[in-house]
Amino acid sequence: MLHSSYFSVNARPMSRRSSTISAVMAPPQQQRAPASTGAVKHAMTLTEKILARASEKTKLVPGENVWVNADVLMTHDVCGPGTIGIFKKEFGANAKVWDREKIVIIPDHYIFTADERANRNVDILRDFSKEQSIKYFYDITDRSDFRANPDYKGVCHVALAQEGHCRPGEVLFGTDSHTCTAGAFGQFATGIGNTDAGFIMGTGKILLKVPGTLRFVLDGEMPSYLLAKDLILQIIGEITVSGATYKSMEFVGTAVERMTVSSFSPYLIEIVHLISRSELTQMEDRMTLCNMAIEAGGKNGVVPADEVTYSYLKGKTEKEFESVYSDAGATFIQEYRIDVSKLEPVVAKPHSPDKRVLARDCKDVKIDRVYIGSCTGGKTEDFVAAAKLLNKAGQKVKVPTFLVPATQKVWVDLYAMPLPEADGKTCAQIFEEAGCDTPASPSCAACLGGPKDTYARMNEPKVCVSTTNRNFPGRMGHKEAQIYLASPYTAAASALTGFVSDCRDFL
Amino acid sequence: MAGDTPSRQISGKCFVVRDNIDTDQIIPAEYLTLVPSKPDEYEKLGSYAMAGLPPHYGQFMEPGKSKTKYSIIIAGSNFGCGSSREHAPVALGASGIQVVVAESYARIFFRNSVATGEMYPVECEARICDEFHNGDDVTVDMERDVVVNHSTGKEYALKPLGDAAPVIEAGGIFAYARQTGMIPSAA
Repeated sequence: MLHSSYFSVNARPMSRRSSTISAVMAPPQQQRAPASTGAVKHAMTLTEKILARASEKTKLVPGENVWVNADVLMTHDVCGPGTIGIFKKEFGANAKVWDREKIVIIPDHYIFTADERANRNVDILRDFSKEQSIKYFYDITDRSDFRANPDYKGVCHVALAQEGHCRPGEVLFGTDSHTCTAGAFGQFATGIGNTDAGFIMGTGKILLKVPGTLRFVLDGEMPSYLLAKDLILQIIGEITVSGATYKSMEFVGTAVERMTVSSFSPYLIEIVHLISRSELTQMEDRMTLCNMAIEAGGKNGVVPADEVTYSYLKGKTEKEFESVYSDAGATFIQEYRIDVSKLEPVVAKPHSPDKRVLARDCKDVKIDRVYIGSCTGGKTEDFVAAAKLLNKAGQKVKVPTFLVPATQKVWVDLYAMPLPEADGKTCAQIFEEAGCDTPASPSCAACLGGPKDTYARMNEPKVCVSTTNRNFPGRMGHKEAQIYLASPYTAAASALTGFVSDCRDFL
Repeated sequence: MAGDTPSRQISGKCFVVRDNIDTDQIIPAEYLTLVPSKPDEYEKLGSYAMAGLPPHYGQFMEPGKSKTKYSIIIAGSNFGCGSSREHAPVALGASGIQVVVAESYARIFFRNSVATGEMYPVECEARICDEFHNGDDVTVDMERDVVVNHSTGKEYALKPLGDAAPVIEAGGIFAYARQTGMIPSAA
């Protein structure tokens, strides 16, 4: 195994690992009276503390089933209609949601399509939002031009962050597996199905089993050619697609605290801009890490909140929040220590996110296209990274290179944000010079295939390098298409050669 | 929206898959425009169950049909990994599957199976996906916690479903919550 010396597993099983999948639902227990004398402080992990507070308990241990209050419930166009159907069926046609300000409805999956059912599903969201006076509904009515829709955001997980719905210490549920992205803000965030969401819609709470935590300590100086995507692919390759099943993944360490890759220009005038860019980079890197916790089977991913988090949130939310942190004596199922300075760019080969291989070992793999987009790899800093590499190389791409900004805001950044590290050119200019496709309408687009007319869908058995999150058979459309999951640097480098490539060849 | 609530002893023909069968294989994303809570779309979802599987597993559903001849799925580890889409257990239940016996499950899929009551997600520690074949006559007995392959004559122990079983039997989390008085009956 290639990186055994850099990736030491501290196999100290400190609590008995439960392998029995037992109750997910149980009648509520009687509240126990708190101890009256000599209460010893019970050390808890970050996740345990959040769930304790949300379930109004002073202490929790992994394996306990508890009723948890939701701070935010998110749904989108694919699962929203089903959730609404269940809500109405179970609580009544005239029932009201538990809190019209805690539900965020974000159409994002199948938007720019002629598929009638897909379009109808957005109408269902609109009707419900009107009926319930849902405060946060990011509507789209004019599909021919996303810019004509001022409320429309795009990919839900990026929109949640940009709109200030992610806050430290809170509990966020979403009808989408990548809801775990929000853990980057030091909160508990996980994906649920329609029925659970329908239940929360009516009651504001759900029964959860408290997960034990796997701790990933990412230390060392981040090499200039590595991105957060390389780190999470490294981890998933290490523990497999079921390595974190029923567990929380906590990401800490100096590399996480300072996830900055941009090299700073000496121009003073740009320092202020760069500082705010730096926070954006760090938060988006943390989002990339937590986003793929689900690919390891994780219940949630989490990064402790800090000044970077607070800076990012300034001006985005008016709500007060209270961060929590793992106690020094908390029990973790296992701790993994990773020296990031020793890692190399990696890809996940078809057809599983844990089929990790060094990018440089795949140089003979001819590719047909490159896709840069999704909640995982379609954020502003993902595009900045790709643009930086393309600009440095000064060459044209050899294969069709599809760019799908996650949200309207990301799209605007591509066109409006000058990059000091690229002589003030914008990402859009660089992409055009390199011969990439024009950045498309923000949505989930081809990450998960979708209706047949979805932009960049793989309708033939081709080979794609993608900044997305899954590469199971048929993920982007055709069952025999091959998807190599990669960082934006790796994707850009591969676009330039027409083969899976190591970005160090260009950086 | 569970149809017939499955009983605790289920006999029928089995369909066999292996490890890491993800939700895109169970129900490809292009069919997610179907809303499971609408009865006609629920049936259509059933017709597309397992449509994403590579062909080497064999034919799960005859073309043009919406119910499969199989009532049991035998699987390896991490069944149902990937997306949180509830359409996955719903499609299986709508297609006629009553129980899956797998080495292990992804958590959201397991949770959705219990919440909807669509099918029983049972675990078996033995690697039965190596020993069962499509079309074998099988009984899954959740009273005795065994799975029997009548075609080979062998029996294997199942892990008890525990508290999840009554929830599925009741028809899912809402039905169960009403039965136990957690929430009032629907208006």
